[in-house]
Formats: sequence, structure tokens, C-alpha cells
Amino acid sequence: MTAQNGMGEKFKQFLEELDHRTGLHTGLGKFLYEEIPASSGWHQIFGSVALFLIMIQFFTGMMLGFNYAPTPGDAYSSVRYIMTEVTGGRIMRGLHHWGASMLIVIVVLHMVQVFLYGAYKKPREATWIVGVVLLLLTLAYGLTGYLLPWDNRAYWGTVVTTQIAATAPVMGPYISRILASTGDIGVQTFARFYSIHVLLLPPATLLLVFFHVFLVRRHGVAPAPGDEIKPKKSFFPEQVFKDTVAVFVAFAILFVMAIMVKVPLERMADPTDTAYIPRPEWYFLFLFQVLKVFEGPLEVLGTIVLPTLAILALIVAPFIDRGKLVAVRQRTLALGIVLLAGIGWGGLTIAAVKSTPPQTVASSIDFAGPTQWMEISAPELAGVGYFRQEQCGTCHNIEAGTTAKSGPNLLNTARRHDADWMMAHFKNPAAATPGSTMAPVNLTDAQLKDVQALMLKLTPDNAEVVDTAPDFAVQGALLYEKNSCGACHAVNGIGGKIGPSLNGLSQRRNEAWVIQHFVDPQKMSPKTPMPPYKFGQPDMGNMVNYLFTLPVRAPGQ
Amino acid sequence: MPEQIQTPPAIGDYSPTRRAFQLAVIYIVGALIGLALAIPTAIYLLAAPRKHGGTKWIDAGDVTQLPIGTPVELNFQESRLDGWRLVTEKKTAWVVKNGDSNIVAFGPQCTHLGCAYHAENGEFICPCHTSIFSLDGKVISGPAPRPLDRYETKIENNRLEIGELKRSDA
Repeated sequence: MTAQNGMGEKFKQFLEELDHRTGLHTGLGKFLYEEIPASSGWHQIFGSVALFLIMIQFFTGMMLGFNYAPTPGDAYSSVRYIMTEVTGGRIMRGLHHWGASMLIVIVVLHMVQVFLYGAYKKPREATWIVGVVLLLLTLAYGLTGYLLPWDNRAYWGTVVTTQIAATAPVMGPYISRILASTGDIGVQTFARFYSIHVLLLPPATLLLVFFHVFLVRRHGVAPAPGDEIKPKKSFFPEQVFKDTVAVFVAFAILFVMAIMVKVPLERMADPTDTAYIPRPEWYFLFLFQVLKVFEGPLEVLGTIVLPTLAILALIVAPFIDRGKLVAVRQRTLALGIVLLAGIGWGGLTIAAVKSTPPQTVASSIDFAGPTQWMEISAPELAGVGYFRQEQCGTCHNIEAGTTAKSGPNLLNTARRHDADWMMAHFKNPAAATPGSTMAPVNLTDAQLKDVQALMLKLTPDNAEVVDTAPDFAVQGALLYEKNSCGACHAVNGIGGKIGPSLNGLSQRRNEAWVIQHFVDPQKMSPKTPMPPYKFGQPDMGNMVNYLFTLPVRAPGQ
Repeated sequence: MPEQIQTPPAIGDYSPTRRAFQLAVIYIVGALIGLALAIPTAIYLLAAPRKHGGTKWIDAGDVTQLPIGTPVELNFQESRLDGWRLVTEKKTAWVVKNGDSNIVAFGPQCTHLGCAYHAENGEFICPCHTSIFSLDGKVISGPAPRPLDRYETKIENNRLEIGELKRSDA
């Protein structure tokens, strides 16, 4: 006997002893070498994929918890921190966000498969009912998790859902009490949603999943007619192989989505925002659309009665459909019901998407991306416009650590030169800097002052504004500067004090009012000395959108 | 005797090659998924979050008011990002002025175990384990393993500006 064989023998003996003490190996063997019907195959992969996705949600949820502060305000800042500062944070939230959507899809497919095949029939009614409860839990995760980023979308979505819950007959006031949503949505509702999402639901899910799998094992995988006379198959590795392939496909799609598809983060929850259009997550849109059909006293039909009936119908399905098990091809009624439900769901969802007006520009800014441009002054932002227009970036870098271009890096220019030097240099580069090959900048003094303001402002922390400021804001700022709005108004703390500061305009007025005010100021506020500005399009749109995306408070105030 | 460990029952016309192929796929795909999760997780947990800007200079007072050769405890306020939160905290430096352009600001903690030290008779003394440092930060006696840490400093218009705390070498 060689030494290696000796080692191998020893290891085998160790495993046997370990199994004797723990039963792990025998237990795993019993679980894996379960006999399954000959007809088992690819149509039964969804349960495993759902279980895998639940584990992904648990894991990514815990990981997000490492950098998440569960109180309003801080919740938003920490999610933004995860998205913009933490390395790998974007992927982690992406996996959790898209994993949730994917789980809903898979759980529904799982249910459709079981329904089509009649696999819920006696003696598997309990397995089915536990499954229905698990579906409801999955939806509850979606509903409660929606609030946790505490952005405008989360806040307003939750306002609507809690108000729907409050319309429930008899139960309504009690549900509102439990969710602390009788008044405004605030710290208490947040704490309860958080607690439901991370403390209540996960152990409940684990318990029910365990029970669900136990019941599957107790009754065996549902056979098809004719399976009795065929030889059985082994769960491992035949079905496990198919499940693994399916899990891989699901995971690959999820992973690519987590990297490629943007997860929304809007601005922080703002209970005073009157322009915001709340909308639920895509899988709840159909319910949202149903509500439009029922009005007044009938509303409760759409909010409570119909959804409750649908859930009850699911629960009693195995007790109604008690006939002998037949081949899936003969279950035309079941197929009809699934198709009808699918068409109904799809139609309502499409109608909901089509009938919701687009979100305002100010509401759709991605706060998971750079937003420094919102915090600089109007001259500086107009400077970005001229910088782009004059294509200064062809010769100059404005980011640290990038490859050198023919002109010097413009970061920290303010440290090397003062404002006067800059003006002189723009007008006649060769005179200010002997040997410079830069062409004189062909702008007026007022325009050059904006570029100068930007140059004096640039630091490694905010240099990205030159690349990331959206065009509507830059155009708005250019227009703002061209009309010398800054002589009377301040933006982000810079400008005149004759007129009101424009930060917080979005809180005080709506867009229609502001447009009317531009066209005929005295009509809207009789004593104002402001002259009319009859901007055409797209100027008016850019101007108003720019003003409405300013931070509510000027930075540092 | 330990129980006999089960082997899979041979069922139907399931060929050994097919079985071997399926086993390989299960293990390889499983490992791939594990890796695809482990790598982002390691990055998420281990990589440093994005760094912001360079040194921020904080005004710590008028240098002309400082006595020459006598350590002075200066307090200043620093605003910094603590994760997702902007915090403002009180900071302390022991400042020794040796001349108009030669000012040293020491971090306020002993390099042994981080206790706060104080100045006494032209020396810095740590009350915890009696480490003693000279006014240029060198260890005179006691268990301290390295000289006192120093803040980056600069003087602009007679104001002392304090930057980052740099760890001293042993």
C-alpha cells in the first residue's frame, strides 16, 4: 500500500466516523438520492430557481445592511453612499433590486407550472396553499422594501399603498394603526416597514420554505399519468443537473442586469413635493390600473375585494379541481385560465404604463450618479457651457490622473493663478504665458467671466461637473447668465438680493406658474419690478427645468 | 461500526458517461456562481470607499500669539465625512513654536496605546504608562514605540493651518 492510499483510507475512515456522529453524509444522501417520477424534467426547475433567488436576496440584503442606516434621511444618505462611494456597492444593490423583480417572475412561473400540470391535486393541497402564502410574502417584501431607500419614489409609493390599506372594510383603521400610517408617513412607518422587511419576513420565509420542501418530499414530486409503470429516476444528479443549468441562466441574467441596468435613486423623500407622480413597482401596476375603473364607493372593490377574492380563488383551487389527474395537454381549461390571467395582467400593465404621464425632469434625475452640478452657481454652470462650446477639453484635462493633453491640466488652476491673470490669458494667451500655443478665446467679457468663475471653482472633488452636468441645466444656466438674472436673484448663494433666492422655487411654485411669471410677471405677483421674459422653446423648458432642479436649500445654508 | 454510506441506485438506462457529465456541470456551474458572488462581495467588503479631494486645511489660530518654546494645546473644529454623514468634531493638537516659521503640531495621543498626554516641565508625559517625549516628539523613556505623530501644517498670513495627521516612523 502506497502512502497516498494510506491517506485516502484515513480520510474515508474519518468521513465514516464523522457520519456516524453527525449523520450529515447519510442525510445528504437520503435527500439527494430521492426517487422522482419518470416524467420529471425541465418543467420542474422553477422551484429550485426560486429558492436560489431567495438565498441571493438574503445574502445581498445582509451585505447592504453593512452600509445601511435604517432611519429616514440617513437611509437615503446611506443608500446613496452605497451607490456612489462604496466599491462594488452598485452591484450589490443591483443584485438585490433586480433579484427581487426576478424572484417575483420565477415564483409566478413556478405557480403557473404547478397549476397547468394539476400538481396541486390531492394529496398536495397543503403544499400548494403554503406556496400561495409564500407568494404573498414575496409581494410583502416588495411592498416594504420599496420604502427603504427613502427617496421620493419610495415615499410617495408608500403613501399610496398605506392609503389603499386604510380603505379596507372593518380592518382599515387597524392596519393603519399597525403601520403607523394614520397621519403622515414618517419615522414610525419607516421603522415598521423596515422591521417587517428584515426581521419578520425572512424567518417566516425560511420556515415556510422548509415546510414547503418538506411537503414536496412527503408526497413526492407530482407524477404525470402513466408514470406508475415507468422506472423511476434519481433526483441527483439528473434533476439537480437541470436545476443547476436553470439557476445558472437566471443568475447570469441577474448578474448582467445588476451591472448594466441602472437602479433608480431619486431625490430624497419630499413630503411637500406637489409635482411628483407616484407609481408602484412594475408588478403592482395592474392593481394600480384596476383602481382607475372603480370610483367613489366602488373603490373598495378594486383595492380590497377583488385582490382578496383572487387570493381565495388560488387557495381553494385544489379543492375545486378534484378530477382525476390527466396529461398536461388535456388540461385546456387550466391553460385557458392561465392565458386569460396573463392577458388581463399584461393588458392592465400596458394600460397603466401608457396612461401615466412622464415624470418631470426634476423628478427623474438620477441621484445615484454625480450631482455636483446642482450645487455650483449659475455663472460656474454657464462656464461649463462655454467650456464645452469652445471645446477647451480638446487640449485641457480637468480630471486628476488622466493622460496629459497638449495644454496643462486645469485642476487647481486657482492655486497657481488669480482671476486677473485668467482674463488676460483667455484674451491673449501668448502674452500672458510666453510660448503658449493656445488661441485666444473668442467670447465676450461677460462670457469669459463665467469661464473664469468655473476655473476658480474647480477642485478634484467637483471637476466632474464639466463632464456630467446635463445639457438642459447648462443651457438653462447660459440663458440665465445671458439675461443677467443673477443681478437680482441668487442661485446656490451667489447673486443679487433684490429678488428672492431661486433655491427652493420648486417648493414654492409649480412649473406652470413660473412660466406665466416669466411671460407676465406683474400678472402673477403685482408689485414685482421684474421685466417680462418671453422665452421660446426649448429655452423656456430648459430654464424652468434648471431652476426646478436646484437644491431646495443653497449648499452650506 | 459506522453505517454504510449510500451509493446511488442504478436506475433505468442512465449511462455512466451521462452521469459523469451532469456531475461535472453541477460542480463547475456551482463553483462559477460561487465565484461570481464571492468576488463582488470581497470587493464590497474589503475595498476602500471612494476618496475625496486632497488635504483640507483647518484654521487653528494666530501664530503670533504663540509663545516660543512652550507647548500649547490648541483646539479646532474639523468637518469630515463619516461614511454617509457629515460630522463636525473637536480636535486637539499640541503645538510647539520654535521660531516664526518653525511650528510643529503633534497629534494628541500617545503612540503607545492612544492615551491623551499632557505637557509638563518642557516634556510631554503620558499618564497611562509614563511614556515621556521631548518637545520635538522623540521618545525619552517609557514603552512608547515611536515618536509622536505630527499634523501637516502651513502658515498663511500669520494663521496656523492644520492638515492631515501623519503617522510617525518607529
